[in-house]
Amino acid sequence: MKIRAILATKGTNVITIHPDQPLRDAARLLAKHNIGALVVVDEAHDLVGIISERDIIRASARLEDALSQPVGQSMTREVITGLPQDDLVAVMDTMTERRFRHLPIMDQGELVGIISIRDVVKYQRDQYKGEIDTLETQIIADED
Amino acid sequence: MTQVGTDANPLRVAIIGAGPSGFYVADHLFRQRDLVVEVDMFDRLPTPFGLVRAGVAPDHQKIKSVTKVFDRIASRPNFRFYGNVEFGAHVTLADLRQHYHQICYTTGAQTDRHMGIPGEDLERSHSATEFVTWYNGHPDCRHCTFDLSQERVAVVGVGNVAVDVARILSRTPEELAKTDIAEYALDALSRSRVKEIYLLGRRGPAQAAFTTPEAKELGELTDANVAALPEEVELDSLSRAALERNPDQATIRKIEILQGYALHKPTGKSRKLIMRFLVSPVELIGNDAGQVAGMRLVRNELYATEAGTLRPRHTDQFEELPVGLVFRSVGYRGVPLPGVPFNEKWGVILNEKGRVVNPGTGQPVVGEYSAGWIKRGPTGVIGTNKPDAAETATCMIEDVAEGLTLKPQQPEVAAAEQLVRAYQPNYFTYADWLRLDELEVTRGKAAGRPRIKFTCVEDMSAALGR
Repeated sequence: MKIRAILATKGTNVITIHPDQPLRDAARLLAKHNIGALVVVDEAHDLVGIISERDIIRASARLEDALSQPVGQSMTREVITGLPQDDLVAVMDTMTERRFRHLPIMDQGELVGIISIRDVVKYQRDQYKGEIDTLETQIIADED
Repeated sequence: MTQVGTDANPLRVAIIGAGPSGFYVADHLFRQRDLVVEVDMFDRLPTPFGLVRAGVAPDHQKIKSVTKVFDRIASRPNFRFYGNVEFGAHVTLADLRQHYHQICYTTGAQTDRHMGIPGEDLERSHSATEFVTWYNGHPDCRHCTFDLSQERVAVVGVGNVAVDVARILSRTPEELAKTDIAEYALDALSRSRVKEIYLLGRRGPAQAAFTTPEAKELGELTDANVAALPEEVELDSLSRAALERNPDQATIRKIEILQGYALHKPTGKSRKLIMRFLVSPVELIGNDAGQVAGMRLVRNELYATEAGTLRPRHTDQFEELPVGLVFRSVGYRGVPLPGVPFNEKWGVILNEKGRVVNPGTGQPVVGEYSAGWIKRGPTGVIGTNKPDAAETATCMIEDVAEGLTLKPQQPEVAAAEQLVRAYQPNYFTYADWLRLDELEVTRGKAAGRPRIKFTCVEDMSAALGR
């Protein structure tokens, strides 16, 4: 199973933010779309970082007026990115081992989506559910 | 107007495609206690079940037992089947909007990806799906021909379709005669002169998509030895490290089985199935008649992507494989439906959790949905479509509650039936299918087979006395 299958059911919108925008905008976007991270892109729509709810909490703990500070100051710059053809299982292992929860997906240098650890878990769960269901159906058929 | 989904105004749903996903969507809707729903399911074939009938290999009858589940769903009084009715030809999107509150597309991944190499269009180079639909008696492919006088065959890919094709080519006529394989295919395969079948994987054994039981089954063929090259089933350092970090028992077992095949001594069986890994075809070589006479392979090595996937990369080592018949199975994609937004990149209907999305606005298209392979692409087993269909059906139910449905002028059951009758008088109901099913099974019984399939619409019509 490839990451492509997750992206396929996520529409076309990737929610992004500019590094000069204040953290408040980031918080609002996260709340509005009910998501945990935003991809930070510059004018050329090139990926320059990722800003997560955890980054915002860290900034708030550190600074009085954190929400007025630019996103660029608190974002994670070292971003691991994925490809549509990445294997779901490999991605799940990498996200678990390296402890990150959001993976922007690039296709030939272009940002095409972002997947969260929740997406990965959901697809893996559905995969297992499906396999169990199929096996059960066959076992019941044997008994008939 | 009363609320949609009540006795006075039942929710009318059209499902396009009678495969597993279509049935699972119907089932999920039927399970809603406070929703009165009427489902009409359309299929371009007279027979239901999609890939369960036309894809699942004939020597895997047990997998096909899932049709009992579908029969139960179809037995509900608020379910109707319109077989032999094609979306876009007999009924259009505009028609359906006049008769239904919601339309759900479950048309699957009907076409295959190409290898994109020179010589791919030579004679005796085929898509594996063509072969699969042929041996399964799909009306589209009953007239296809394959040159089974060739002794050496390559199957490109190691997914379950590729493994099915290699296995069917390796079976004896006696083994095949116990299945529901199409009669003409049984006849052609009984005369097959195929001796060597190569299964070609571009990555290593640890990344192969086939399952452990599928790998094991290849070692249990009556008259074919399975083989592998020791150096190709030995794990490379990257695969070994990945497996040590995350020791997945199924993968470890699969590799052990394949390594066992590399040690097998041939035992005088008449056919040989050779599993190759870390190779990609780069060219099909033709003879003067424009037919496949060989294949040029490049050896691959693996590298890790940033996210940790092991991907293949060509090296500068090449070899030639003298094969006269090629089946490619390197991926599948959906076919766009007339008037329905399509995501060319992923080969699926543009959607968000199954809600069809307008590419211009990025917003959902009211009343249109998708589920199964046309929604997420071709992955998983039959059962994987159940949670997928549930996700779509949940969106459908939410939208009914929000009043976000189409506003059909003629939502009555009889009006839709009239429409179908007007454009396709020779449509097949579920009762018609049950009759055909009974006839197929009866014909099979006499020959000691699970069933003998009808493989064209004319025969099916004739069998019903039309």
